Amino acid sequence: MTATPRSRLLVVVLLAGLVWLVAYPLVLVLLEGLRETSGWTLRYVRLFLERPTEWQALWGSLWISVASVVLAGAIGIPLAFLFARYDLPGGRVLGGLVALPVVLPPLVGVLAFLFLYGETGFVSLLVQRLLGLSEPPWRLQGAAAILLVHAYSMYVYFYLFVRAALQSLDASLYEAAASLGAGRWRTFRRVVLPQLYPALGGAAVLTFMAALASFSAPYIFGGGFRVMPTQIVATRLNGEDRLAMVETLSLTLVALVALWLFRGARRVESATGGRKGEGPSRIPVRRRSLRIALAVVGWGLAATLLLPHLTLLLVSFVPLGTWTIEPVPPAYTLRNYLTLVQDPVRARPLLNSLWLATVATLAAVGIALAGALVSARRRMPGSRALEALLALPWAVPGTVFAIALATAFSVRAPWTGRLILVGTPWILPLAYLVRNLPITSRAILGGVRGLDPSLDEAAATLGAGPGRTLRRITLPLLRPALLAGASLAFVTAFGDFVTSIMLYTYDTRPISLEILSSLRQSDVGVAAAYGVILMLVSAAVFALGAERGGAG
Amino acid sequence: MSAFLRLDGLVKRFKRALAVDHVSLTLERGELLALLGPSGSGKTTTLRLLAGFETPDEGRVLIEGDDVTGIAPVSRRFGMVFQHYALFPHLDVRANVAFGLESLGVRGADLDRRVDRALALVDLEGYGLRRIGQLSGGQQQRVALARALAPEPRVLLLDEPLSNLDPTLRERTRREIRDVIRRVGITTMLVTHEQDEAFELGDRVAVMREGRLEQVGTPDELYGAPVNAFVGGFVGRSSTAEVAVLGPTARGVRIALEGVEWDVEGVPGRPLPPPGRALMLIRPEALRITAREPGAVLATITGRRFVGPSAIFTARTDGGAMLEVVAPPQAVPAGAQVGLMPSRRVGGGVHLFPMDGE
Repeated sequence: MTATPRSRLLVVVLLAGLVWLVAYPLVLVLLEGLRETSGWTLRYVRLFLERPTEWQALWGSLWISVASVVLAGAIGIPLAFLFARYDLPGGRVLGGLVALPVVLPPLVGVLAFLFLYGETGFVSLLVQRLLGLSEPPWRLQGAAAILLVHAYSMYVYFYLFVRAALQSLDASLYEAAASLGAGRWRTFRRVVLPQLYPALGGAAVLTFMAALASFSAPYIFGGGFRVMPTQIVATRLNGEDRLAMVETLSLTLVALVALWLFRGARRVESATGGRKGEGPSRIPVRRRSLRIALAVVGWGLAATLLLPHLTLLLVSFVPLGTWTIEPVPPAYTLRNYLTLVQDPVRARPLLNSLWLATVATLAAVGIALAGALVSARRRMPGSRALEALLALPWAVPGTVFAIALATAFSVRAPWTGRLILVGTPWILPLAYLVRNLPITSRAILGGVRGLDPSLDEAAATLGAGPGRTLRRITLPLLRPALLAGASLAFVTAFGDFVTSIMLYTYDTRPISLEILSSLRQSDVGVAAAYGVILMLVSAAVFALGAERGGAG
Repeated sequence: MSAFLRLDGLVKRFKRALAVDHVSLTLERGELLALLGPSGSGKTTTLRLLAGFETPDEGRVLIEGDDVTGIAPVSRRFGMVFQHYALFPHLDVRANVAFGLESLGVRGADLDRRVDRALALVDLEGYGLRRIGQLSGGQQQRVALARALAPEPRVLLLDEPLSNLDPTLRERTRREIRDVIRRVGITTMLVTHEQDEAFELGDRVAVMREGRLEQVGTPDELYGAPVNAFVGGFVGRSSTAEVAVLGPTARGVRIALEGVEWDVEGVPGRPLPPPGRALMLIRPEALRITAREPGAVLATITGRRFVGPSAIFTARTDGGAMLEVVAPPQAVPAGAQVGLMPSRRVGGGVHLFPMDGE
């Protein structure tokens, strides 16, 4: 289909809007670090380079991210093989349970780990009692604690990617290798593994970027150990705004270099597209002893993975101030949940998060849909720039974007496109929207690309105008993609912590910040209750997105 | 001479369904047997039992007297060409063809020589460094054949090798496959649902239905002497009608179709059908169009299909049977009232079977 005047106008409007929202704030923040009131300066760059703490933070970010990739891979890849290739007792249920860390927003996961393995956590106290120690056996602090949380929450990328890649391999490839005399190991090394490279690369990039941008775990568990995102927040709290901008620049550079190094992994989609024949059937495990051993390992694993979820649920029933040194809470109540509904001050963050996430999701879906339709369906100048702008926020850690928006929209200078939005209710949905554009547009763009263009043409030959075609043909067919994109956007926005902590106002405080303040007041029950709600809503929204997605 | 490859009473059940029902077959060394049947007839499962991808619930697979039933595909040394080729997409043509040889520990100059030889066999010299995605469907087909043949397997198995090619390419590739197999002289089993393919490639053809082997024989035997109406109908064009067998004659039997009596020749080696109701299967070339005269079954021409220089007419008899007749294309217009009589030129072409369920 060719460009029409209307679609040209749409491209121009979208491009302008995205440049203003996505590119402009980033450029501003990157330039701010090189300026002061009197003009250009390298003073803050020099300051950054001279401080050992800055280098430590940057180095910390880097090695934590690399180690997270290694750990997540070490857990996720074997699990993917186990569940994709072998027919285990209860394999279907287990295979689903293993993906469950996804429903824990980062801060909630951290909270659960605190209740489990923190100084007074269940597991810590249990081990302490069992061994008869006078102190907790470990301290959940520093790099090890961060890595623990990262490994738990990020192996899912490897698990899901590799499992999908294994399931999409043509079964006859295995058979061809076998008929050519290749044993199991050679088949794996020469036939299976090379086909997994795209999936492994994709998972590695995702994990690296998530670990590099990770804020909740270092913020809560870091202690003296700094990574760049927490360093930036600390620097800003010290009032050294321009130094924070230089730090932002450094973090952005690391992210861009990493993406450049991993650029080969971009081929993920094309590699999984050309599927022929049947998927491989699972290998039945016949030996009884092995079946039992695998079942025990599998269910033990599932229990470990579900422990954070269960802990959160348990703690959410603990009344304020009743649980101090006992390994298991002595009393339970529904009061925490009732408070959330009855106390307007407590209910406010719930409502805030709901409307903020809803607005951001609707806007992200709208923009992504418009962008996907014009860029994928019509070849016209500007569509590549449009896709690049939609994907750009993904390459930049959330902290960076929060600072960029805070910088761009705290000045009243309408002729340079800058307004005062910081301090108004609009800055948070805007920030969520920008952060969600990449995942939402990725899902929707994939859906649009999967549509047969001749369907549009068929509708046109049957006399349907563009509006009717969109309403009757395109949108119904895109439903799975739209729901998938929307559910991802909603879940991310609903649980967001990293951008919220920098941009929230008291009136618009979202759930994550209320969790933090409840925790500070040692009101663990209420914090956990908020966490459970976040978890349940995330799970429900994911299930909705996946179910409809599967049906299409 | 004892059989080179022997399938002995193979049975395979999936859940409750009997996919392969006591199939026994023998292949001589160098023979090409085509396994022909509609989809779901169990022919692919039979092939996979041979390759070792499925384990039979009963029965054995023997090669030169050795029982290989329990031997894994890896060590069976049966080459296979898969329906979708299953070429390794990340390896180039050479590496694909070399894969099986490397399994055997072939290295260095010997490996190069044998890969070259396999590529030359399928006319793909100079294509070694191409990636799989750069090849046409026909070329991929030939790479798959070269890959299967390179390690010099004991038996070659082909699973619907032509089903992914467009019709114009199919005929050419069919000839190429036949030439390569003849040149190599390898014992081959081919699975197909296309009768043309089975007849052109196979020294013998085995017809399967619902997991059972219906008939095994040369193409001539299957066409000229089908054992039942299914084989007769599946192989070549034919139409059927219910007739009454009246009694034996000097060279065959006398039958009555819609009150008209015809003499039908018997098939050598087959017992004559007993008097009573029977199902007649008749080839289009065994009938001719005549005027509405005595000895002719009265019919109306309802359709015409061109087949090379002649045409096949469809005629509905006054009694309601639909029969096909070969005649020159301009013989009669559609809607013509005609008579149908057995052709004088062709002996045979009429087969009588007991009615279904009797």
